[in-house]
Amino acid sequence: MTDVNKTVTDVNKTVDAKGMTCPMPVLMTAKGIKEIGEGEVMLVEATDAGARSDIPAWATQTGNELIDSAEDGDVLKFYIRKK
Amino acid sequence: MSTDADTPDSMTIIAFSGDLDKLWPTMILSSTGAATGMDVTVFFTFWGLFPLVKDDVRITGNDSMTKALAGMNAPGMKKAKLSKLNIGGSGAWMMRKVAEKNNLMPPEDLLDICKDMGVKLWPCQMTMDLMGIEPDQMIDGLGQPVGAATALQAMSKSQINLFI
Repeated sequence: MTDVNKTVTDVNKTVDAKGMTCPMPVLMTAKGIKEIGEGEVMLVEATDAGARSDIPAWATQTGNELIDSAEDGDVLKFYIRKK
Repeated sequence: MSTDADTPDSMTIIAFSGDLDKLWPTMILSSTGAATGMDVTVFFTFWGLFPLVKDDVRITGNDSMTKALAGMNAPGMKKAKLSKLNIGGSGAWMMRKVAEKNNLMPPEDLLDICKDMGVKLWPCQMTMDLMGIEPDQMIDGLGQPVGAATALQAMSKSQINLFI
């Protein structure tokens, strides 16, 4: 298995922020990252359009790695590896 | 982004207004700042102090004038008015309904999150004295009341300083 596949399929935790509005997706992401170990991957799902820029901004600010993002209909998906 | 892991970015907000529509951004920015690892301080002064009074305290003040001022600025975050078109509270009520419909948390819930995330909530000592607001009338989880010099000290160390 390549490393890229691993990042997307091996999710250690999923944060469901669907239906939540600003600032909740970011607050839930911050809470979730505390619950996984270094190098582990968390999937954040959100429907708030603001999350499209907010989650990457949060990742940059905190130094966690946004390894991939995708859109599934209205659902925005962010894969974040804890630094 | 902070260049040194030992010194996180810092934000200080001077919460001057007690209006509902200004408490919202204060609480959203504070909680989000804490969520991004910032050291966040909110200094509540003048009208901004009334939302820190417990919701079940009907009136504050130690004489007729301070009581009248509290009457015009209903203590407690749940009683906060809109900055414009409050219309005897119906504006604030509508704003809260719209927020609820859009899954936006009320400011008092965001305040609880701020407390959990370690946001420093500093009441202004001078305003407490001026308005006759007693420490036991205020909500739990606040820092010690402080003055302007302490607020400025926090601001001088912050990259982001806001007056809301």
